[in-house]
Amino acid sequence: MSRIPGNPSRRFFIYLVPGIAMLIWIVVIPTVWNIYLSFTQYRGIRPPIWIGLENWKSLLHDHTFWVSFGNSIWMILAMVVIPIVIGLLLSSLIFDVIQKKFGARMASTLRAVYYIPQILPIAVASLAMGWILKPQEGVVNELLKAVGLGALQQNWLGSPRTALIMLMLIMIWIQLGYPVVIFLSGLQRVDPELYEAASLDGAGWYQRFRVITLPAITPEIFVVALTCTIAALKVFAPVYMLTTGGPGDSTMVPSYYSYSQFFQTQQVGYGAAISTALAVVIIIVAIVFTRIQQNSEQKSEE
Amino acid sequence: MTSVGIKTRDAIRRPRKHRSGGEWAILALLIVGGLIMLFPLLVILLNAFKSATDYATNGPLGFPREFSLKGIQTFWNATEFPWRIWTSVWTSGLVAAFAVVLSSLSAYALGIGRVKGRSWIVLLIMLANMMPQEALLYPLYMMFKSIGLYDSDWAIVIIFTVLQSAFGTYLLSSVYGTFPKAILEAATIDGASRWQIFHKVVLPVSRPTLSVLLVFFFVWTWNEYMIPNAFLISSRTQTVPIALSTLSGQNMMDATTTAGASLISIVPTLIFFLIFQKTLARGITVGSVK
Repeated sequence: MSRIPGNPSRRFFIYLVPGIAMLIWIVVIPTVWNIYLSFTQYRGIRPPIWIGLENWKSLLHDHTFWVSFGNSIWMILAMVVIPIVIGLLLSSLIFDVIQKKFGARMASTLRAVYYIPQILPIAVASLAMGWILKPQEGVVNELLKAVGLGALQQNWLGSPRTALIMLMLIMIWIQLGYPVVIFLSGLQRVDPELYEAASLDGAGWYQRFRVITLPAITPEIFVVALTCTIAALKVFAPVYMLTTGGPGDSTMVPSYYSYSQFFQTQQVGYGAAISTALAVVIIIVAIVFTRIQQNSEQKSEE
Repeated sequence: MTSVGIKTRDAIRRPRKHRSGGEWAILALLIVGGLIMLFPLLVILLNAFKSATDYATNGPLGFPREFSLKGIQTFWNATEFPWRIWTSVWTSGLVAAFAVVLSSLSAYALGIGRVKGRSWIVLLIMLANMMPQEALLYPLYMMFKSIGLYDSDWAIVIIFTVLQSAFGTYLLSSVYGTFPKAILEAATIDGASRWQIFHKVVLPVSRPTLSVLLVFFFVWTWNEYMIPNAFLISSRTQTVPIALSTLSGQNMMDATTTAGASLISIVPTLIFFLIFQKTLARGITVGSVK
């Protein structure tokens, strides 16, 4: 490999010192400490008391805890599944139709438009959406009134029936641009001659999509699926800013649940258990994804 | 992985092909979709310069009757907005610079130096990347409180320098792992030391990747929410997103103030996006690993 000749590797250790030292200080020690706290009762004032598995036992019987992970599945639907499906459709239409027939400028403009929500600070996106969905004077309700559908007005984020769906719609809006852009950059590897040849052989748009587009960007689909699944498990700001997990616990997510235990109810040990559980789930998800990816790569090589 | 293909193909002027009705329909569909994506921003723009009375009488969808800066002013004064921008700029800037330096040093040892125990260190760095911030939050809060850096922007600089550099190290290690061996050997034969190889050969050659990382670290830090929200409790230390959410949490903002505040909070991000659009477009695949 690219070892520099005459330079034994131990001499490079000095370059690792600052990075590893900082990593131990800011990541390793806090992680271990947080795991320790999950076995204690700690209210942030008097020293933590060791209570063994009590917090973990409570978690198993805690309805809100299970609801919060159940809502993570809805978040995965909104941030992974739906954006990937729509993103595949949009990126292949932009690549296969728009770029060819309406020019590269139109294609890149559309790409930028779909990507814009991705660059907004999440706090700004959440605040703006909160105002758009407000019950009084909110944009959506005013719009409904204006077109004579005033009867359909709702307290969108304040009623248990609609709050989670609204949150999902907001996350779809934020996330959609990401797969579109990634898939489009993956599609640039595809030789356009392939599409030409397929068209000449009479393949329709759907066949071209299935036979050429989809296999070409399988690696990108994996990357987007993994990164967005992890992001979906960590959703925090929109919940914190718009619903605080409510009404009831209808929009509770693990991240916000642990945060509220830390800083609102001062049950630090319990919050530490929730966040440790979340870390474990994320690591398992990452391992599973990597396994699936390795298997599919082996299959395609055979 | 270059995007040269697209540009050159387009440079060759081909006669426009016949466009079928179906293709026009697809274009229309994508444009309508784009308008839906932009709708929240258009609504913000429509109301940011409205007076509160105008909003109350004509609603959020009416065209502004008069030009009013009241909403923006309210937010600007309540948060001392120029200071919030400055706070966001210097913290994000320092994090980006420090994290790139830290990442490249570590990646040099891992990717080119190929130190022993490399795979364990890379595994540790991958775990650090996956660790959700809430699993670090409370211990960090206790640590920084005890060293007197709670409610200080320096806490944010330190924490995010490390978190971003975990990602940067992971990415750069694989980039440096494929570093052209011939260049390294030539430099060694010329008598260059390890340090000289690092800053005279490795850094200049990997500059494109480093600049992409720099831009991404800056944007990511600018947009961070949870840890800054827990740490920056007094208004003089807050970054733009935190000032915005704090004020809205205190119910201090009516509709036009919300629109105005959203608008001026988006502007820096948009300017940045336009300036670095080329870098970002190159780097979006980099960001995909996060």
